[in-house]
Amino acid sequence: MFEELSSKPAAWLSGAGPQAGIVLSSRVRLARNLLRCKFPPAADVELRRKVVGEVRSAIERSILLKSGKFFQNGDLGGMDRDFLVERHVISPEFMKAGEGHGLYLGEDESLSVMVNEEDHLRIQALTSGLEVGRAHELATQADAELSANLVFDYDEEFGYLTACPTNVGTGLRASVLIHLPALVLTREIDSVINRVTKVGWAVRGFYGEGTDVLGNLLQLSNQTTLGRSEQEVLEGLEKVTRQVIEYEESARYVLLRDAKEQIEDKIWRAYGILRFARVLTSGEVMNLLSAVRLGLGMGVLKEIPLGLVNELLLLCQPAHLQKFAGREMEPGERDAVRAELARARIEKALSGGANGPGNSKTA
Amino acid sequence: MLCQECGKTEAGVHLTQIVNNKKTVLNLCRECAERRGMTANPLVQVPFPLAEILSSMMGEAPEKKKGRGGETRCPGCGFTFAEFSKVGRFGCGQCYRAFQPQVSDLLRRIHGSTRHIGRKPTQEPEIDTVLIEEKRLEDELKKAIAAEDFEKAARLRDRIKTLMRQD
Ligand SMILES: [Zn+2]
Ligand SMILES: [Zn+2]
Repeated sequence: MFEELSSKPAAWLSGAGPQAGIVLSSRVRLARNLLRCKFPPAADVELRRKVVGEVRSAIERSILLKSGKFFQNGDLGGMDRDFLVERHVISPEFMKAGEGHGLYLGEDESLSVMVNEEDHLRIQALTSGLEVGRAHELATQADAELSANLVFDYDEEFGYLTACPTNVGTGLRASVLIHLPALVLTREIDSVINRVTKVGWAVRGFYGEGTDVLGNLLQLSNQTTLGRSEQEVLEGLEKVTRQVIEYEESARYVLLRDAKEQIEDKIWRAYGILRFARVLTSGEVMNLLSAVRLGLGMGVLKEIPLGLVNELLLLCQPAHLQKFAGREMEPGERDAVRAELARARIEKALSGGANGPGNSKTA
Repeated sequence: MLCQECGKTEAGVHLTQIVNNKKTVLNLCRECAERRGMTANPLVQVPFPLAEILSSMMGEAPEKKKGRGGETRCPGCGFTFAEFSKVGRFGCGQCYRAFQPQVSDLLRRIHGSTRHIGRKPTQEPEIDTVLIEEKRLEDELKKAIAAEDFEKAARLRDRIKTLMRQD
């Protein structure tokens, strides 16, 4: 399954949208539950199946969600699930425990709905660049259309009721995935993280082996869901993100001013390795792509488009690589295929103009 | 350094985490880090010290304080507050009302607020709102009669009649 998706990037990684040089993607999630129905963690299989059926028929009757696909447990194998985890469509634990789960996936993957994750519905919208507002509009429209055929559990005082009390109220989690290599290089990242968390935002790094933040990618999101309106949360997130972008930009300026040769060398070396290496581990490729991404943002490198770098961030991950190769592979074999893939994609972009023919399928 | 969680495997993941302005460093092996959802997936919830808040609340309110006849059970799912505290997940929406005032206390500690501000369902469950309104009017009617405010009582009776016709 998903063979048609495996060779093309998700729309949210297209490299388009405001501030896409620094902000990879914006994400909005709404948690919703059905009235008078036990939450998924407390529900038995029979009840969960019933919920899947009800949500599915509401999705089929909606206009916005009509064009996507709906999957149930049996439809997806382990590799398919890993693939969707890498594409940020489902959480790692989803669909692993027992029957009675469903997944709606929109055509260009900008909208998805997990059924019976921790809540009956987790509506998710993903957009490329800094576009939390647009992501929220999408998710809210889906919410409104679904609520025409489903009655959501809502309390006048507490708002939308959720299985975990940390999500009650708006049920809204808004986040941005942001690339901050210069702040990491200048060792200012800790103080920036401190400033951001002091004003109430959660910061999370994606950690690999060792102390490094994997690919210098951080996620900023709201911590609370009760007592603040959606508008307030979205505007606040956008504002704090713009502030962090400014910090990153001034760190880039400092790097170019004080350590021009070193930083240019680092970027060109990364590009060279990516273009010619024969074996690349997943951790290494993330760091190389991060440096190349920085090079594009600083105008040091102009050879390849930003969209290709984003695409490789995704395609180089284990499940994507194995889909690409059409078979399961041991980690060692993957490292060779990963290097081969990176090489081939870059060659294609270099020979076929800004965005080679194989890379322009973004919906 | 060994993993803080399992104490068996070498800790390869050193995670600096900041929640509620408190910075902690966790040294975990890759497996334990993944189990805790600290991998590169934004759909995993940001770790929140819910368990700590709950255990401190349970410590402050010993079982016996909760009145005679044992603990309150949620009519929707049969959970008690203690059972909820163990897993950190409610059994159903009615838990929020069944476990008062603990839930309001908990929400204040998590969010700094107990009152939802923001979007409401576009389609209200119609029958329910009518029922709630009817009950509210009936309560007012009783009060009006008790206070011998018969003019007001008559007005209320009319409104209840219109409501019931809607239904
Ligand atoms: Zn461990
Ligand atoms: Zn309950």
